[in-house]
Amino acid sequence: MSLTAPAREPGTTSGPAPDAPAPDERLLKTSPLRRLLGRPELGSVVGALAVFLFFAVIADSFLRASSLSTVLYAASTIGIMAVPVALLMIGGEFDLSAGVMVTSSALISSMVSYQMTANVWVGVGVSLLVTLAFGLFNGVLLTRTKLPSFIITLGTFLMLTGMNLGFTKLISGTVSTKSISDMEGFASARALFASQLTLGGVTVKVTILWWLALVAVATWILLRTRAGNWIFAVGGNEDAARAVGVPVSKTKIGLYMGVAFAAWVSGQHLLLSYDVVQSGEGVGNELIYIIAAVIGGCLITGGYGSAVGSAVGALIFGMTSKGIVFAEWNPDWFKFFLGAMLLLATLLNAWVRKRAEATS
Amino acid sequence: MTTATTTATTTADAARTTLVELDDVSKYYGTVRALEGVSLEVHAGEITCVLGDNGAGKSTLIKIIAGLHQHDAGTFRIDGDEVRLGNPREALDRGIATVYQDLAVVPLMPVWRNFFLGSEPRKGTGPFKRLDTAYMRETTRSALLRMGIDLRDVDQPIGTLSGGERQCVAIARAVHFGAKVLVLDEPTAALGVKQSGVVLKYVAAARDAGLGVVLITHNPHHAYLVGDRFVLLKRGAMSGGYLKNGITLDELTRQMAGGSELEVLRHELERAPMAAGANGYPSEAEPNQVK
Repeated sequence: MSLTAPAREPGTTSGPAPDAPAPDERLLKTSPLRRLLGRPELGSVVGALAVFLFFAVIADSFLRASSLSTVLYAASTIGIMAVPVALLMIGGEFDLSAGVMVTSSALISSMVSYQMTANVWVGVGVSLLVTLAFGLFNGVLLTRTKLPSFIITLGTFLMLTGMNLGFTKLISGTVSTKSISDMEGFASARALFASQLTLGGVTVKVTILWWLALVAVATWILLRTRAGNWIFAVGGNEDAARAVGVPVSKTKIGLYMGVAFAAWVSGQHLLLSYDVVQSGEGVGNELIYIIAAVIGGCLITGGYGSAVGSAVGALIFGMTSKGIVFAEWNPDWFKFFLGAMLLLATLLNAWVRKRAEATS
Repeated sequence: MTTATTTATTTADAARTTLVELDDVSKYYGTVRALEGVSLEVHAGEITCVLGDNGAGKSTLIKIIAGLHQHDAGTFRIDGDEVRLGNPREALDRGIATVYQDLAVVPLMPVWRNFFLGSEPRKGTGPFKRLDTAYMRETTRSALLRMGIDLRDVDQPIGTLSGGERQCVAIARAVHFGAKVLVLDEPTAALGVKQSGVVLKYVAAARDAGLGVVLITHNPHHAYLVGDRFVLLKRGAMSGGYLKNGITLDELTRQMAGGSELEVLRHELERAPMAAGANGYPSEAEPNQVK
């Protein structure tokens, strides 16, 4: 009897339409311009162009290839973290522990290698596992307790901050780790996380490649995979997502582990670009990642945004922080500019979105 | 037993197969009786209406059928098998699709992403397994068209559609994914007269496609238009079960409106006995007016 057939057998009801529908004449109303206006990162692109032109006019040295390389490097160190933080925000959550998790990750690989007198790669590997465990902890605690992520990650933020300082002092006796530069595997690990390439006479830091790769992978995940659909859904309407069978908890845990993975990459860069780590670093960076994601068009309430937007947000951050130096202004003003940029970008995004939705 | 099943199957194939059967089902939240002793049947190609006022237990009933809650007593059968659903996914896998009052859609996502949410078709292999977006867009368009919904653009956020259109998309989604039972929670509650009519048309279309439909509503007029069976709930208990030929619209409306309770209410709302010749004003008002 037909009723015992598997429930979701689309063959009976789907299949090609009786006659393939001709392109709808009403579709002409959607011009390419309107489609562009509907992109989440549009506001930030306009903002980035404005910032670029501003510093290009103000600071003579800004347009030099070496300056742009410096700007890109500054953008990449933030951008690597802004990508998963943006995905997490699209999924409707925050991670306030992201900033210090970078430092934790660097401290772990440094101390494991040094204390065990092991190959640097052993420390790097242990660090990956432990950092992913931090992400897992955040995600599981969030989905189990159903407390706001703001509270949970504020807790892990404080705990990690304390552990960074406490363990470092306990083990090294000072607030920074011992140098690992003469240890086995240091050179090869540095090549992966903190080297620089020379492309056409310009030095390009390897973090820029990490950043671009993460943006590309994250964009692909968001727009072309099932997981991406789930990320938008859990951020946009969690109950609806659960009701149609989306694994909400797994999606959120995965997002937190994504943040942890990027924290590991950032942490290894932090350690290997020098050879020691200061245990107090990273506090406050979590907000910069969130700012980059928001400037890039992520909706702070979830369900909307893009990985490319977070990259543009990070670029704005890089241009502003270095542009002020090139313009020979007092860098104290940087935070003021960053704050103004955040407000302007958010207003612009809201305005663009309203226009795009009203006319669609 | 075997013979009984075969006869049941043959008669069922003829017309009415019992897809879902609740027998004396109860649900308690702590000491609160949310639902007690409710029985209903859902047959293929028929619409079972569940009527009740706010707080009558309609939502609890839906949640049990949809797998969000588990019943505490009684039996719940799907295709004759006794079940206790652990989560919505299990209900979906058994062919029960639920369309919620607050609409299980993600407003900011495009129509086609919403249509396939939770059951996304993919192509490719290994790490390059990806959404089949062209198929998803095209199928969404054609599945909606088959239900008679002609969308301008399946890429528009589903939040830009009207409430009635969103209901219809949700129904079309359930039909497309081969649901055998469609549970609709107050599909016409927030809609105007015309839009309600449109939604009821799609409900009937789903019925004609051979689905068993559970229509939850507090509007007896809408229920009587399409329903084959009626289950009335009152304060968590079942106050009546009827076939269409066993009850008239007037009787259904009277029962729904509270029957004898309505009489009491009428008495309560009646004007207080007035002083004679006061022209509708209480007599105490007169001295003031004279002054």
